[in-house]
Amino acid sequence: MNTRDFDWKPLALVPLLALIVLPFIGSPSTWLTLTVAGLAMGMIIFIIASGLTLVFGLMDVLNFGHGVFIALGAFVATSVLGAMSDYTQSAELWRNLMAVLPAMLVAMAVAGAVGLAFERFIVRPVYGQHLKQILITMGGMIIGEELIKVIWGPAQIPLPLPEGMRGSLLVGDAAIEKYRLVAVAVGLLVFGVLAWVLSRTKVGLLIRAGVQDREMVESLGYRIRRLFVGVFVVGSALAGLGGVMWGLYQQTVIPQMGAQVNVLIFIVIIIGGLGSTGGALIGALLVGLMANYTGFLAPKVALFSNIALMVAILLWRPQGVYPVTNR
Amino acid sequence: MSPTTPANLLTLEGVHTHIGAYHILHGVDLAVPKGQLTMLLGRNGAGKTTTLRTIMGLWSASRGKITFAGKDITAQHTPQIAGMNIAYVPENMGIFADLTVKENMLLAARKASNAGQMDQARLEWIFKLFPAVEKFWNHPAGKLSGGQKQMLAVSRAIVEPRELLIVDEPSKGLAPAIINNMIDAFDQLKKSGVTILLVEQNINFAKRLGDSVAVMDNGVVVHAGSMAELAADEALQQSLLGLAL
Repeated sequence: MNTRDFDWKPLALVPLLALIVLPFIGSPSTWLTLTVAGLAMGMIIFIIASGLTLVFGLMDVLNFGHGVFIALGAFVATSVLGAMSDYTQSAELWRNLMAVLPAMLVAMAVAGAVGLAFERFIVRPVYGQHLKQILITMGGMIIGEELIKVIWGPAQIPLPLPEGMRGSLLVGDAAIEKYRLVAVAVGLLVFGVLAWVLSRTKVGLLIRAGVQDREMVESLGYRIRRLFVGVFVVGSALAGLGGVMWGLYQQTVIPQMGAQVNVLIFIVIIIGGLGSTGGALIGALLVGLMANYTGFLAPKVALFSNIALMVAILLWRPQGVYPVTNR
Repeated sequence: MSPTTPANLLTLEGVHTHIGAYHILHGVDLAVPKGQLTMLLGRNGAGKTTTLRTIMGLWSASRGKITFAGKDITAQHTPQIAGMNIAYVPENMGIFADLTVKENMLLAARKASNAGQMDQARLEWIFKLFPAVEKFWNHPAGKLSGGQKQMLAVSRAIVEPRELLIVDEPSKGLAPAIINNMIDAFDQLKKSGVTILLVEQNINFAKRLGDSVAVMDNGVVVHAGSMAELAADEALQQSLLGLAL
């Protein structure tokens, strides 16, 4: 697509929101701290939401059980990082990464494998039946949470940041938490890989086409259900990765954490436009920034602020910021 | 022509299709001779589009048999049917509006994983048939005009050699100049030897291109024969279509 064809307005919302709140916050250093925190939170939400939006876009599947993969990823991370305490307690960042990277990979593998079973036994029988999808996937999430309690216990488990990722960097007077920079970097990496796959590979082309018109993709000779299973597994694995990131962000994990994040994820994919990865990124960044700004400026309306943001965006663009054509 | 004639590439025998509670096709018998262009005519609601979608497996036949190149494809799924070298252009053209023209073409080229692997000689041939496809190669397909989208839809269907080309109303909503361009393109496709099944409402289009014809009404084929015969018989045209060719 030519640069001139690109719709810049939604992208401009992110810096616009950040600039609008600057006078209300007053202190530039506090603003910078909140902005980086918001971007980090947004990137983690994007990692989780990117798979879900493609799952919905490809097959019209409303998966309200997506949260279970988030919790699963976080709990797997507690086990892996717990077993590598020598590495996590080291002050050297490279040793910390030697623990965090395997934790992420194992969490993604476990969440992806469970996602494969989830699609086969829970989602596949209810293709095309939205009400049943909502009920059965929510049921699946409840069962998943109970299974997590059976394995890891019902109590919350601490997930402390590795030693080298704790603390803050000072930029002028602003304190930027190191982990938030890590979260932004991982989010950008995931977005970069997704963007590359979607725009530069045939599989990505098929996914983008399938989100627009799956019947036509089948008429061209491609088995969209097979593609969907692949996207579902990758989406689940990304939710697992997001769970690790979110768990480290909160530094504690509970079996219901997925259900708590679910609301934010659905706000993000509705803001972004169902099936749109780029839209999900914009939506996630807006939600992350809004949550942090309102948490500082008006904590009492913080919970409401993201719903208000969604309503405002939908009044402007009823199909989301980057609607998928043909949907 | 009998549906069992060996020269037929595609045959439908007593095909019924239900969509929900509606019974749309009531036993369609249709033969598409190999190497010919068969026109499927009929009034609105006669069941033409349903017939094409049933052939492609987009709607399942509830009874009857569909045979392609000697193989029973009645119960096959759409990707399997398309994989047997059948290309389909739906009535809405099925263009992926958010993808570029190049990406639309690449999707249809199943053997190619990137644009460089597409058959360049064939692409050149397509560019000669439809210059707009080359002109707007890197443009989003959603920005094309209706005529250009139809050209892209047909180009996409022929980006690789196919045994059967199924096209639903290619002239719908197009300007006369573009319709003439489309007729020339289909004429060249015919000469290349590809078998074509074409649903059309534009009578001039049908008259200029058709070798054989089937006329549908109320979910059944009420007439099958040569296009030239139908064009020459005004009484038959009146009784079948309510118009003169």
